[in-house]
Amino acid sequence: MATKVIYEKSRGLQDTPFTYCPGCSHGTIHKLVAESLVELDILERTIAIAPVGCSVLAYSFFNCDGIQAAHGRAPAVATGVKRVQPEKIVFSYQGDGDLASIGTAEIIHAAHRGENITVIFVNNAIYGMTGGQMAPTTLINQKTSTSPYGRFEETAGKPLLVSEMLATIPGSAYIERVSVHDHAHILKAKRAIKKAFELQVANKGFTMVEVLAACPIGWGVSPVDSMAFVKDEMMPYYPLGVYCDREGGKA
Amino acid sequence: MSKKVLMKGNEVIAEAAIQAGCRAFFGYPITPQNEVPEYMSAHIEKRGGVFVQAESEVAAINMCYGASATGARVMTSSSSPGMALKQEGISYMSGADLPVFMVNVSRCGPGLGGILPAQGDYFMATKGGGNGDYRTPVFAPAYIQEASDLVFHAFDVSEKYRTPVLMLVDGMLGQMMEPVEIKPRPPIAVDKSWVTDGNTDKRAPNVVNSLSLLGDVLERQNIERFKKYAEIEKNEVMVENTVRDGDTVAIVAYGVPARIAQNAVEELAEEGIPAGIIRPITLWPFPYDVFQNLPPSVRHILVIELSMGQMIEDVKLGVNGKYPVHFYGRCGGVVFEPVEIADKVREIVKGGAK
Repeated sequence: MATKVIYEKSRGLQDTPFTYCPGCSHGTIHKLVAESLVELDILERTIAIAPVGCSVLAYSFFNCDGIQAAHGRAPAVATGVKRVQPEKIVFSYQGDGDLASIGTAEIIHAAHRGENITVIFVNNAIYGMTGGQMAPTTLINQKTSTSPYGRFEETAGKPLLVSEMLATIPGSAYIERVSVHDHAHILKAKRAIKKAFELQVANKGFTMVEVLAACPIGWGVSPVDSMAFVKDEMMPYYPLGVYCDREGGKA
Repeated sequence: MSKKVLMKGNEVIAEAAIQAGCRAFFGYPITPQNEVPEYMSAHIEKRGGVFVQAESEVAAINMCYGASATGARVMTSSSSPGMALKQEGISYMSGADLPVFMVNVSRCGPGLGGILPAQGDYFMATKGGGNGDYRTPVFAPAYIQEASDLVFHAFDVSEKYRTPVLMLVDGMLGQMMEPVEIKPRPPIAVDKSWVTDGNTDKRAPNVVNSLSLLGDVLERQNIERFKKYAEIEKNEVMVENTVRDGDTVAIVAYGVPARIAQNAVEELAEEGIPAGIIRPITLWPFPYDVFQNLPPSVRHILVIELSMGQMIEDVKLGVNGKYPVHFYGRCGGVVFEPVEIADKVREIVKGGAK
């Protein structure tokens, strides 16, 4: 009897096993990026920029050329690549410690120049790789290894709303915040990621998809509870939706 | 007919880079190197290249990292405090074996210091200001013609050995005008099968990276990289040595101070005090051997620098106790006159110098 393939790993991913923790959202987000690159038939001309953080090894997972960047500098590295290879597809894959803290200058000015790149911004409200320290995106009263009594607004400010901020920059073509905590939201996230790449193919300028993600190990909760944390704690502060779509298309 | 034109040092460096095939320039304003990005912004795009004024020196060097990873000839320039900011990227590019041509039109420090010329960046340039085990070839021209010629050479060295290279000039050379003939030559042929230029329909994916989490693997990579540095030390040392038999004093200076020393040497020769000049053109690799092969008449070494004394440490390593090593330096943007150097030599030969 002939067997029928009903699901297979995207060829946008290499065979290398993921190094991510159980329950981590990176695997899901990698899959959505890989599928988008394959479906748009751009994988072979794509260059991925990996950050410093949990996804530092992203170049081992995506089945395309990869460059590992210094902490926060991925948008500058992506700029250098795209300017000399404008016909290629360039994306950076960055966490919130990387993008929203040490790399704020680079992300703001990549958007400001309207660099025709795509940024996958994975926001899990914590520094995962280094062991769960407070990030600019850590929620008020959230306990981390460097906010053991909770994050206090008086000393650490309110969590940084990156998508809202970047949407104010004229160079931004498309900014959307999505989540991957359940199947319906994963499908929406896929549409957003694919759209961002489509806009890059059409040379529309800077595109970014912020993905709310779970870090059960860093948060100290079970994988199942971490999905509830994304939905119940993160989403009220980080509302999902399209923050900028200067092309007027449907998200 | 001579093809010589009168040009400013900074503009010569920029024009020579374009003629050397530089495809992309990433920079940030800082005095006294501004003519480099200004010239690039006016000319490189008309000739098929790319210019980006980055948001910072940190971003500029990381743009170089990305563009170089695709195999393009790339360049950045800055001045002392800006070069300090680039050290992170230089370390990463060294660790990822990426070529880049960098220029430091240096000024005086530390900190914000001032905009006048100085040579206080010798340590940062030659000893590595970034983290980890790496070396950077450093070219120190004394003449604008030499700067022009070295631009072509420096790009070739950076690609041949896949390493960042630095041209270290002081603000004087950057700002002065001299007649120059820019002599283009084709880039050397190098293997570029490693580049990440997004052509994986034709080959397996490539990775540009300085990360290596396994100790033994990273150690092996560092040892391999130091074999490359050993080749550079063997092949790429450049020095001008005018010390002749009969000279009692060898003055060691790099860059424009060597030209000031030349005036002092001429003044001293009239008095019967024979002296010659050792001018390192590469600061790394440093011409250590020259100090073991000096004529028997040499009695003293005098190091002159526009700093409190940095290159003198390499001179002492080269001399290895064979001669007394004296020092004369000015800093803060103050440039010595020939007479100051001549006076120091007079003091040395009379036996009064420390």
